Amino acid sequence: MSDHDKIYSTKFQDKIERNTLLMFVLTAIAVAVGGIVEIVPLFYLPNTGMNGGDGTFNGTSHKDLQGNAIPMDKIVWNPTTSAHKTLADWQPGDGVRPYTALETAGRQVYIREGCFLCHSQMIRPFRDEKDRYGHYSIAEESMYDHTYQWGSKRTGPDIARLGGKYSDEWHRKHLKYPRDVVPESVMPNFFFLDKAMVDKTKTIKTLEVMTKMPFNPVPKTIYTPDYIAGAAAELEGKTEMDAVIAYLQSLGNHVKFEEGVNYRD
Amino acid sequence: MEATQATPVKYDMDIVRWFTIAAVIYGVVGTLIGVYVAFELAFPFLNFDIPEITFGRLRPLHTNAVIFAFGGCVLMATGFYIVQRTGATKLWSNTMAWFTFWGWNLIIVLAVITLPLGLSEGKEYAELPWWVDIMIAVVWLSYGLNYIMTIGIRKTSHIYVSNWFTMGMIVMITYLHVVNSLAIPVDWATSYSIYSGVQDAMIQWWWGHNAVGFYLTGGFLGIMYYFIPKQSGRPVFSYRLSVLHFWTLTFGYVWLGAHHLQYTALPDWTGSLGAAVSLAMIIPSWGGAMNGMMTLSGAWDKLRTDYILRFLVTAMAFYAMSTFDGPVMAIKSVNALSHYTDWTVGHVHAGALGWMSMISFGALYHMVKKLWNTEMYSDKLVNIHFWVALIGATTYVVAMWVSGIMQGLMWRDYDEFGTLTYTFVESVSAMHPYYVMRAVGGAIFNLGAWIMLFNVVMTVRQASAVNSVNAVAAKA
Repeated sequence: MSDHDKIYSTKFQDKIERNTLLMFVLTAIAVAVGGIVEIVPLFYLPNTGMNGGDGTFNGTSHKDLQGNAIPMDKIVWNPTTSAHKTLADWQPGDGVRPYTALETAGRQVYIREGCFLCHSQMIRPFRDEKDRYGHYSIAEESMYDHTYQWGSKRTGPDIARLGGKYSDEWHRKHLKYPRDVVPESVMPNFFFLDKAMVDKTKTIKTLEVMTKMPFNPVPKTIYTPDYIAGAAAELEGKTEMDAVIAYLQSLGNHVKFEEGVNYRD
Repeated sequence: MEATQATPVKYDMDIVRWFTIAAVIYGVVGTLIGVYVAFELAFPFLNFDIPEITFGRLRPLHTNAVIFAFGGCVLMATGFYIVQRTGATKLWSNTMAWFTFWGWNLIIVLAVITLPLGLSEGKEYAELPWWVDIMIAVVWLSYGLNYIMTIGIRKTSHIYVSNWFTMGMIVMITYLHVVNSLAIPVDWATSYSIYSGVQDAMIQWWWGHNAVGFYLTGGFLGIMYYFIPKQSGRPVFSYRLSVLHFWTLTFGYVWLGAHHLQYTALPDWTGSLGAAVSLAMIIPSWGGAMNGMMTLSGAWDKLRTDYILRFLVTAMAFYAMSTFDGPVMAIKSVNALSHYTDWTVGHVHAGALGWMSMISFGALYHMVKKLWNTEMYSDKLVNIHFWVALIGATTYVVAMWVSGIMQGLMWRDYDEFGTLTYTFVESVSAMHPYYVMRAVGGAIFNLGAWIMLFNVVMTVRQASAVNSVNAVAAKA
């Protein structure tokens, strides 16, 4: 027996090192723990934007100034209790809603072009971010964002609350040739979006897929069969540029934030 | 035991040779694409109004090329080399190893095609389309199964420490890839994650940080624990430290992903937990770095003449530095400044260029000499590569640290009237000199990769020429 065989730190470690299966199993357990502890609770704790699977929201624990819980439908749009019953009637401030067909098409282009690599969609609760971008983001605001787009880098500014800040015409000019509008910008020119029509089949299938998600699906009371059937008409004659602008204009104005309320628990 | 084997084992080394050559080539390609995207940020006209090469589509190709093509081939070359040599056995299945080789390279080719076409799933470091994700899972499992079975049929009594780390990587990457990639396809090109918002963010960074922790760190620590002792001719400094290093890293690293999501819409406890464990990880990381460095005690003089050893030891210095930088950035008050800035990019590249690439270059040179049973074509070029790589990496990292901290400070600066001092775009133009500096640093590093490619090609040609002369001589 060589020296190597005699060296061990504990008898148990020595046993592990001699047994492939034992080492495999122990490693497989050791690496699983951290992920389970950090991920699993996010699927059932309040204030994580889970909607319970069928629009029966599992609630928020956001409290108003008097200490009363804010009803979920003040934050997430619920067509049954809201004065505005359909996506077409929805108004900013009605609460978080899923994307319209045109916005969905725009979001697909946004992902395709890798916009998230330079633009975040997650405002942090700091004074400068509030002054620059607006109210900090809350979990419910991205609950319908299958493949979240928070990003990790601000080579360009955060766009979580871009909706309504600039005109459609500004966006069109800026997306086509950013340096025509902002000379110091390093953003690529996206003039080609003006020449491509939206992919109707893909977009309609995307709406259907969104209702089938195992977690946070879009409720079928919102993407109704009628709505999906009418999507083709909404997309008729629209370019990818129109779609991206519609998506950008939809960002961040869903929830009416009340002064003084702590939306972070 | 390897040393006491009466008849030498016939190892399956052809597969290692092919992975080695592939790694050297992908090292050039991956960093070249990186240099190009870096120049695009400095001079945006370089996007040339061609959709396929705009920054948003090319940047994922850069990250995929360096992580999966270069890093992957290094891991598989060294992995198949180490597992055979430390177990004194052939591979469990040479055929399956070739399946892994061609499968992995097919995936790389598909990445080169699909990413510029804009087939992105929209998740960092996991952009590839859903059907390529399935292929990755199959090929990865073929590598993992073969590796673990080869450990199983080893002729030695104990499993060598390098193989612990690689086994940890194999298991963890399987978990991460499968869970993070779960998506519902819309068509062949597009799919959407089954998770959304908060849950998707946490799963993404559980993946994102542990791809770094287990693939780019664990796997490469396996390389360190084999090649530093081999190249220096000294045993690992402390066996007990390596036991501690392995189990703490394996259990602890997994928790770190949440530090990417501090102050976001996640519950606060998640980010704080990630930050606390991140700080604790300094202990095993520095323990490991010391273990690698101190392996040289009694052989420090070799650094003067052994250029390959220089790569390996410099890698340990960068490893120690990155594993200090990272926990500091995980502290919440530091993260408030550093998050979303170039500091993150600098941190990643201190790891990628300084630690991961340096240890890879050292291991690849070591293996080339052994695999082709020859000396390097030019030791001088190895030395030049070392200095070029070191200067390039340092230039890159310094540029990004400075620009990152500057960005963070500019964004939060208030003037005496209580209004923001700078518009966002002023911070963009202030970054220009650093973006140029970063691109130049990257280009210098890329030059080193070309030097290595040239040197390795010449070495292999020289070795084959010698071998064929010997063969002719043997016949005659």
